[in-house]
Amino acid sequence: MRRARPLLESLFAISIGLIVGGLLMLPFRYDPLKAYQALFRGAFGTSHDIMETLAFATPLMLTAITFAVGVRAGLFNIGAEGQMYMGAIGAVFAASLLPLPPGIHVVVATLVAMLFGALWSLVPALLKIWRGVHEVISTIMFNWIAFHLAMYLAIYYLAEPGRAERTRPALPTARYPILAEGSTLTAVIFVAVLFCIAVYFVLWGTRLGYELRLVGENPEAARYAGVRISRALLWSFLIGGMAAGLAGASQIIGRPPAWSLYATLGNVVTLGFDGIGVALVGRNHPLGGILAAILFGALQHGGRFMEYHAGVLSELVRAVNGLIVITLAVPELWAMVRRRWIR
Amino acid sequence: MKELLLQRLGWIGLTALALGLLTYGLDRVGLEPVSLLEAGLLAMTPLALAAVGECVNEKAGVVNIGLEGTLLISAVAGVWVAEQFGSGVAGLIGGMTVGGLIGLVLGLLAVYGRSDQIIAGIGLNLFALGFTPYLLMSLWAFPGIHIFPRELMVPRWITPIGQISPVTVLAVLLAILAHVLLHHTVLGFRIRAVGEKPEAVDVAGVRVDRLRLFTSVLGGALCGLGGAFMPLAWFGGVVKEISAGRGFIALACVVFAGLEPLLALAAAFLFGLTEGIAYAVAVTPGVKERIPFYFVNMLPYVTTLLVVALVIGRRRFPRTIGRPYARE
Repeated sequence: MRRARPLLESLFAISIGLIVGGLLMLPFRYDPLKAYQALFRGAFGTSHDIMETLAFATPLMLTAITFAVGVRAGLFNIGAEGQMYMGAIGAVFAASLLPLPPGIHVVVATLVAMLFGALWSLVPALLKIWRGVHEVISTIMFNWIAFHLAMYLAIYYLAEPGRAERTRPALPTARYPILAEGSTLTAVIFVAVLFCIAVYFVLWGTRLGYELRLVGENPEAARYAGVRISRALLWSFLIGGMAAGLAGASQIIGRPPAWSLYATLGNVVTLGFDGIGVALVGRNHPLGGILAAILFGALQHGGRFMEYHAGVLSELVRAVNGLIVITLAVPELWAMVRRRWIR
Repeated sequence: MKELLLQRLGWIGLTALALGLLTYGLDRVGLEPVSLLEAGLLAMTPLALAAVGECVNEKAGVVNIGLEGTLLISAVAGVWVAEQFGSGVAGLIGGMTVGGLIGLVLGLLAVYGRSDQIIAGIGLNLFALGFTPYLLMSLWAFPGIHIFPRELMVPRWITPIGQISPVTVLAVLLAILAHVLLHHTVLGFRIRAVGEKPEAVDVAGVRVDRLRLFTSVLGGALCGLGGAFMPLAWFGGVVKEISAGRGFIALACVVFAGLEPLLALAAAFLFGLTEGIAYAVAVTPGVKERIPFYFVNMLPYVTTLLVVALVIGRRRFPRTIGRPYARE
């Protein structure tokens, strides 16, 4: 029972989010039951849909890592959005402009994207360590700077000649193989899952991970134990940046049909923010994040069916995400439910 | 305390000087200082309203980092109310009410639900990110943007220093009022005390929960007014990303000001002015061709970062900020 508690809490928050989301449909005369039915049937109805759900889940499990590793070190790193834009730019750059042999090219493009993401997280990290600038403010400002910078780079330097609406597509040598005909799921999902598992091992299996978690749980104790707090914070930001960069790459070299970045950033925008909800539902655990990402991937993929069949704009799914986060912020709600129904 | 204040004023002075020089430079390339000031004051208003409100509730120990979401939702709500009543002023009041309600919900969660206020605020922002486009589509059946009839705009006063919105004047007055409230009234004393030592206030027979709830509603309402101001007295329409990070810039103002409403107002003016410059550069012929518009757009965010990084030092926040209070 005690081990199941986090899972129950997450499920409780998800139900509250969906119920309130349904209530928000009523004033506009949408049918919540019809909408949710369309959503879940759309998300899991056929094996094709399940693969699409997994394709949507791929970037989310990574941006969830960014927030989760931050929280583990006591930070509210909400910079995944901007770090992901920079990762996407890095991936476009390496994948479309560097002529490299097959095999190596994919690896290089992935690593460049992770490097770009990590570099973009470096400045908020240093501002936090040196000047004590609160990471919520610095990462949000960096998200907006990245937004404009990425659009600038995409339009001025990386645009596909004759097609201004998007960047040059990734060269075929830099693309992850598609897993099934007609699906947008590629082998990049394996890389994403591997990254999550690797982060899990770093956090619970290495000295660095132990120090990082100690700083998050009890900075005073960490200081007395001789942990270099700034080092732990720096690594928390860098791991998060790499994860977000990889998330950006997954949308460029791991997601047909575009294989490129839209000039409006339309194919990556808000994936970083969505990761926050994923991280919290996954209890800020890298492996829990994978499961939560699949759920949110289902909401996003199924959301399109909700829009088609019930007329409810799929953006409502994002509002539900927010409601879930708010519910998870209030432990008392769950405690009240438990007192009443579960003894 | 006095020293700190002087230091901060010094920084503002320096920055103002730098901006003055910049203004002069921009003037040389063909930008008008008057239009700059006009744009700057408009951009200042939502920041100032949100920041002043946040100063008050943070003094009482309640943090609301959902300002961004509050701005977004109240902007849409304000336009809707304005259209229902056929009046821009009604829209402003509507936005303020919605903002106050959001403050009430967050306050209830914080005071009675003992929520993690940062996470609740992040949740509110996420919620608004999805709810705003959903509302726009559901209310007006058009994706992402809504332009309302021009006559609903709140009229501006024409003065020698350009057109000024009455809401801007109201924002300045509210900042002064907030200062007086916090430092020269019994209520303000209690608000400050409740952030520092809620147990003492409780023993003195003041309801900690109600006081915190009150400041949370107040902060939300001011932020909501700022949200409704953007479409109804500034842009003339609402888009799904109308707040564009202003909620967080307002938070930066609060941090910069060390929770002092008047300093927050000054900071808001500073950031507003950079936004004004950005706007002026983006529309002035002869200038806009030379500087890519993407870099101009970064200006407010870069300034915010720089200022926060330079000025932050030994600012002091209330002892129980962001933490729920429970009787022992």
